Amino acid sequence: MAGVLARRLFSSVLVIVGSLILVFAILYVLPGDPTDTIVDPSIATPEMVANLRHQLGVDQPFYIQFARYFSHMLRGDFGQSLMNSESVLGKILDSFPATLALTAASSFVAVTVGLVLGVLSAIHRNRPIDLIARVVGLFGISMPTFWSGILLIVLLSLKLGWFPAMGSDGWRTLVLPAIALGLVGAGFIVRMVRSSMLDIIDEHFILTLRSKGLTERAVMYKHALRNALIPAITMIGMLVGEMLAGTVVIETVFSRQGIGRIIADALMAKDLPVVQGVIFFSAFVYVIVNTLVDLSYTFIDPRVRRST
Amino acid sequence: MREAVTASTVWRRGGSRRLFTFRLRRLAAADSFLIGAGIIIAFIIACALVPSLIAPYSPTAMLTDSIMQAPSSAHLFGTDYFGRDIFSVVVYGSRDSLFIGFASVIVGGLAGGAIGAIAGYAGGWVDSLLMRCNDILMTIPGILLALAIAGALGKGLFNIVLAVAVSSIPGYARIMRAQIISIKGRTFIAASRSVGATPFHIFWKHVLPNALSPLLVMAAIGVGTAILTGSGLSFLGLGVLREIPDWGTLLSQGRGYLTVAWWICTFPGLAITLFVLAVNIIGDRMRDRLDPKKNAKG
Amino acid sequence: MGALLDIQKLSVDFQTKHGLLTAITEVTFSIQPGETVCLVGESGSGKTVTSKAIMRLIEHEQGRITEGSVLLSGQDVAKLPEAELRRIRGKRVAMVFQEPMAAFDPVFTIGQQIAETIVRHERVGKREAWERGVQLLKRVGIPEAELRMKQYPGELSGGMLQRAMIAVALSCGPELLIADEPTTALDVTIQAQILQLLQELKREFGMSILLITHDLGIAAEIADRVIVMYAGQIVEQGVTEELFAQPLHPYTRGLLQSAAPLDSVRGSRLYAIKGSIPSLAALPTGCLFHPRCEHATDRCRAEAPPLDHRGDREVACWHVDSVVEAAVDGHSASGAVIHEVAAKRQTSIRLIEEDPADSGQNVKQPGVSSPSPSSDVLFEAVNLHKYYPLKRKSLTAPRSYVRAVDDVSFTIRKNETFGLVGESGSGKSTLGRVLLQLEEATSGKIHFQGTELTSLSAAELRPLRREMQVIFQDPYGSLSPRWTVGDSIAEPLKVHGALSAAECKERAAELLQLVGLDAASVNKYPHEFSGGQRQRIGIARAIALNPSFILADEAVSALDVSVQAQVVNLLQDLQQKLGLTYLFIAHGLQIVRHISDRIGVMYLGKLVEIAPSEELFLRPAHPYTRLLIDSIPHSVPGQRRDTPLLQGEIPSPSNPPSGCRFHTRCPFATARCREEQPALLPLDKDRYVACHYSLV
Repeated sequence: MAGVLARRLFSSVLVIVGSLILVFAILYVLPGDPTDTIVDPSIATPEMVANLRHQLGVDQPFYIQFARYFSHMLRGDFGQSLMNSESVLGKILDSFPATLALTAASSFVAVTVGLVLGVLSAIHRNRPIDLIARVVGLFGISMPTFWSGILLIVLLSLKLGWFPAMGSDGWRTLVLPAIALGLVGAGFIVRMVRSSMLDIIDEHFILTLRSKGLTERAVMYKHALRNALIPAITMIGMLVGEMLAGTVVIETVFSRQGIGRIIADALMAKDLPVVQGVIFFSAFVYVIVNTLVDLSYTFIDPRVRRST
Repeated sequence: MREAVTASTVWRRGGSRRLFTFRLRRLAAADSFLIGAGIIIAFIIACALVPSLIAPYSPTAMLTDSIMQAPSSAHLFGTDYFGRDIFSVVVYGSRDSLFIGFASVIVGGLAGGAIGAIAGYAGGWVDSLLMRCNDILMTIPGILLALAIAGALGKGLFNIVLAVAVSSIPGYARIMRAQIISIKGRTFIAASRSVGATPFHIFWKHVLPNALSPLLVMAAIGVGTAILTGSGLSFLGLGVLREIPDWGTLLSQGRGYLTVAWWICTFPGLAITLFVLAVNIIGDRMRDRLDPKKNAKG
Repeated sequence: MGALLDIQKLSVDFQTKHGLLTAITEVTFSIQPGETVCLVGESGSGKTVTSKAIMRLIEHEQGRITEGSVLLSGQDVAKLPEAELRRIRGKRVAMVFQEPMAAFDPVFTIGQQIAETIVRHERVGKREAWERGVQLLKRVGIPEAELRMKQYPGELSGGMLQRAMIAVALSCGPELLIADEPTTALDVTIQAQILQLLQELKREFGMSILLITHDLGIAAEIADRVIVMYAGQIVEQGVTEELFAQPLHPYTRGLLQSAAPLDSVRGSRLYAIKGSIPSLAALPTGCLFHPRCEHATDRCRAEAPPLDHRGDREVACWHVDSVVEAAVDGHSASGAVIHEVAAKRQTSIRLIEEDPADSGQNVKQPGVSSPSPSSDVLFEAVNLHKYYPLKRKSLTAPRSYVRAVDDVSFTIRKNETFGLVGESGSGKSTLGRVLLQLEEATSGKIHFQGTELTSLSAAELRPLRREMQVIFQDPYGSLSPRWTVGDSIAEPLKVHGALSAAECKERAAELLQLVGLDAASVNKYPHEFSGGQRQRIGIARAIALNPSFILADEAVSALDVSVQAQVVNLLQDLQQKLGLTYLFIAHGLQIVRHISDRIGVMYLGKLVEIAPSEELFLRPAHPYTRLLIDSIPHSVPGQRRDTPLLQGEIPSPSNPPSGCRFHTRCPFATARCREEQPALLPLDKDRYVACHYSLV
C-alpha cells in the first residue's frame, strides 16, 4: 500500500514539474519584452532597459532562467508582480479562498444535480425525467458560462433582485456564479452517469440479481449505482479542475475577487510572473485533486485494489 | 439515442414492457431534435457564408436615430449603443466565430490524432514519452492553457485558433491512442500480420481506417467546444479587434449596458448556445451510431 | 399431474427496431419433482429465452409473454404481480448462468452477494446469512470458504465462480434450478466437476433441474428427459435413452451425428446438416427446418407440423416414419450408426480395462494410414521456451515470469494433422503462435523446411510467411469490417505482390468457390455473412497463397455444432486437395481426435504426451491425458462415469509446481513426482510421454 502511494506521488511530482516547464516555456516565447510593462518604452533609454533586463534576469538563456525560477519557487518564492512588485504567492494566497469557495460551491451544484438527474434518467429511461435530464445535460455542456452567468444576473438579480449581481462578500454573492459554473459540470456529469448507468444495466450480472429476486430498487440503487459511480468519480476529479479554470471567466462576469480575476488582469497587462504563478498554482491543485481521486479508487474499486 | 435496437442486441436491452408506446413517441422526438439541430447548423453556416443575403442591415451601419432599441420587428435583436442592428452584427459575426471553431478543430484534431496514433501504434517508450507529455498538457485545464497561449501570442484571429487548437490536443491524442490500441488487438490485425504484411501496410490499410471514425465524431463535438473556448477568450478581451466583432467580443462589449439593454448580451450568447447545442446533438447521434454495442457486430 | 413446472403453449415476443420478433412459439413441456430435463439447441433456438421466460426475466429486455401459461406447482407465474414474482425468484426457482465471470457484481464480495439473497428471502440476520454462506461454499467444494466469502469475483477462477454461483442459487433451497449453459465457458475438466456437483446437489436438495445446453453429450450424461429446440420451437422431446437410441426428428438426428462422437471413424467426413440456422427475422415457411432437411417435401414447405405424441415421446415432423425407416435401412448416416458406435465404444472401454496391450492394432481404421515416423518433417521445435515477464511487485523484487511454453520439443510431419489439446492456460495457443513466429520465442529453435526461423529478421521471415498461414478462432473479429471479403482474401496475394489487382479479384472468387461460397460474394462485407460462412472466408484467405502449413487455432470452437461439422469437413477436403499440413489447436477433444493424425497434450507449458490419435484416446499413457479424456461427457446415455474425476484446477503458470507439474492433481503422484521432473521420452516407436509411472 505504501509502495502504491509512493509511486503515485512520485509520478504526480513529475507531472507537476513537467507542467511548470511547459508553462514557463509558453510564456518564454512571448513576443514582447517584460520591461515594456515596467517602463514606458517611449521614454526609456537603452541602458535603462538593458539594466532592467539584467536585473530581471531575462537576458539569460532559457534554462538558466528556468533553473533560477525553479529554485526560487522551491523556497516558496514565485517572484514579484511586474505591475506593483507584490509577491505573486502572496497575491494568490490572498485571493485563493474566494476562488476555492466558488469552486467548491459550483462543484457541489454540479455533483448533486449531475448525479441525481443522471441516475434518475437512466433508471426511468424515456420517461419525462429522462427528457429533462437530457435537456439539462445538453444545455449544460452547450452554454458558455459567461452567457448563462449574464442571463442569471439579468433575471434573478436585475429583474427579481433575489441575489446580488456582483461582489464577493457573503454566501449570497456565491449563489449565481456557482449555478452558472456548476451547470456546465452538471451537464457533463448527467450525460456521463446516465450512459454509464445504462451500460451497467445491460450487464449480465443485473440479470443474476433479478433472478435472485432482489427488488428493482436494490438492483438499481445498490448494485448498478455503485458500479456506475466508479467512472463518474474520475470525471468529477477532472471537472473540479475545469471548475477552477472556469472561475477565470465567471469571476470576471460577476466581478468577484479570486485568482481567476488576477490572471485575467495579469494577461491584459502582460504581467508574466503573475500569469506563470497562477497557472502553475492551478495545475498544482489539479494534480493534487486527481491524485486524491486516483488513490480513492483503491478504496472504492476492488478491481483496482487487486492490481496495485 | 438509446432507442436504436438491433435484432442482435434485443436480448440484452433493458427497459420494460410499459414503455412500448412511449418509446415510439420518443423516437419521433429524438428525430425532431436531430432535424432541429440540422436546421440550426445549416442556417448559421449560411450566415457565415453569405451574410449579406440574411442580414437586413450592414453590420457597420450606425443608425443614429435608433440607438439602444429593444427588439422589435424592425430590429429583431434590438440595436446597440452605436445604433448597430444586433441581428446583422450576429449574422456577420458568425464568420469569425465559426472560423475559430472549425480551424482550431482541424489543427488540433490533426496534431492530437497524429500524436495519439504514433503513441498507440508504436507503443513502448515512444508511447510512454508522448503520453507523459500529454498528461502534463492535461494538467492545465483547457481554457487556462488557451489563455496563456493567447496571452503569449497576443491578439489576433490566428493566435486564438492556435491557442484553442493546442488546448484541445490532449483530448484528441487520448482518444486516438485508445482507439489505435484497441484496434491493434483485434484479430484481423493478427491475421494481416500472419500473412506477412508490413507494419506500415497494417497501419495504413487496417488500423487507421478503423480508428478514424471515433476521431471524426470527437472532432464534430470538438467544434462546439472550440467555439465555447474561443468565445471565452474573446469575452476576456483576448479576441480579435475588428470592425465586425465575433460573438464573444460582441457579448463582452454589451456587458457594460446590462442594466439598460439586456438584448445586446443575450442574442450573441444565444447564437453560441444554439450552434454548440446543435453540434452536440449531431455529435451524440454520430457517436451512438458508432457504438459497437448498439450496432451489431462488425 | 403433480408436475413441478408445467409450461403450456408459451410464446414470447421481443420488441426490436424492426418491430416485433417472436422468439419462441407455443413451447409446451413439464418438469416433474426431482427430474432433470435438458433443453438442447444451437444458437438462436430459443432455449435461453425459454429459460428466462419461466421467471419472466425477459420483461427487462423488452420481451413479453404473449400467450400461454407457466404453472409452478399449479400457480400461473405468467399472471403474477411483480412483487409476488420476486418472492419466487431465487427462493423457489433459482438460476445459474453461462458466464460466471459476468454473472457476479464485480464490486461486491462473494459473501455479500450470497448473504444478500438469503436475507432477501428469509427472516435471518446478516450474521446468520453469512454463516450459511460459508457452509454453502464449503458444500459446493470451494476451499477456504471463509476467505472466499470476503473476496471479490475477480479474485476467483471461472470454475470457482461457477461453484459460488451455484451456492448463491442453492442458498434458499429452490425447488427448481435453471442452469443456462453452466459449463460452456469452462474447461472440460471443470465442466465434469460442475456436472457431477449438480447431480449430487440435486439429490441432496431434492430439486429439479432444467439444464440448457448445446452439447448433446452433457444431455446424455445427466438428463432424464431431453427437449430439442430449433428456431424457437420444440421439435422433439423424449426420455434420454430413447431419444438417443432412436432420434425421430431429422434435426435431432443431424445434431447427434455431427457432434463427432469419440467413436466416429477418424478422418472420415462428419455428417453435417447443410445450411445454417435461420434468423428470427427471416423464418422459413412451413416446417422451420425444411430448408436444411434431407426429407423435406412440398408439405413441409407449406405446412408447419404440430408437436405430436408418439408413445410417450413428442415430435414435430411430417415424415417421422420415413425418417426412421431411412435410418434403419440406409447406412448413410443414421441411428443405426449410433448404436453401432455405442457398441464399439463399449468394446473399446472394455479393451482399456481388460487388455490395454493389444487394443492398439484392433482400432486401426481402414483407409486411414497414419504416416510412418520416417516421413518428412515439416516443422521441428527444439527446446522452445516462451516466458512473459510479469510486472515487478517492487523495484527490488526479482522479476517473475509466466512460463507459457516451457522447454517444448516436437515435430510436425508433412501432410499430417497435428492436434494440440490441453486446458486453458496450458500454453497451447502460445505454442502455435511462437511456432509461426507471430510471437518471438524466448529461447529454442524452430526449423521449418530446413530453415531456422528464430534467427530470422522480420524481413527475412516475410517470404516464408507464404508457406504458413493461420485460421483464427473468432470468425467475427478476424476480418476487417471495412474491407470486402474479396479484398480480405486477396490481401495475402497483394502483400506478396504475386498478382495484379484483376487477377487478385479473380483468384478471390475462385477461392470463395473452393470453400463452398458463392463467387459473387467478393464484393460483400463480413457483416453480411453468418459465423460459419465467415470462418470459410478465413479459410479461403489462409489458402490463398498455396501454403504448405496452416495453424488452425480454435478454428471451429466458436461455431455451432452443425456448422462445426461443415467446417471440419471442408478442412479435411482441402487437406487432401492441396496437400496441407495442419496444426489443429482446440479444447474440444472430440473434434481434435476426429481430425488429427497425432495429438500432443499440453499441461502448464509442457508437452506431457504425444501419440497417434486413436492410441492416445484408447490407451492414454499420461495420467493427465487419461483424466482429460474421461472428463468428456459420454455421448451415450446410461454410461454415467464411474472413473474418478480430474480434481482441482490448473495451477498458475507463473508459479508452476516443482517436479512433475501435474503432481498436485495426479492420483498416482509419489514423492519422486514432487521432486523430479519427468522428461518427454519415447514410449514405443511413435509415442512419447513425460511421466515416471506411465500408464502404458
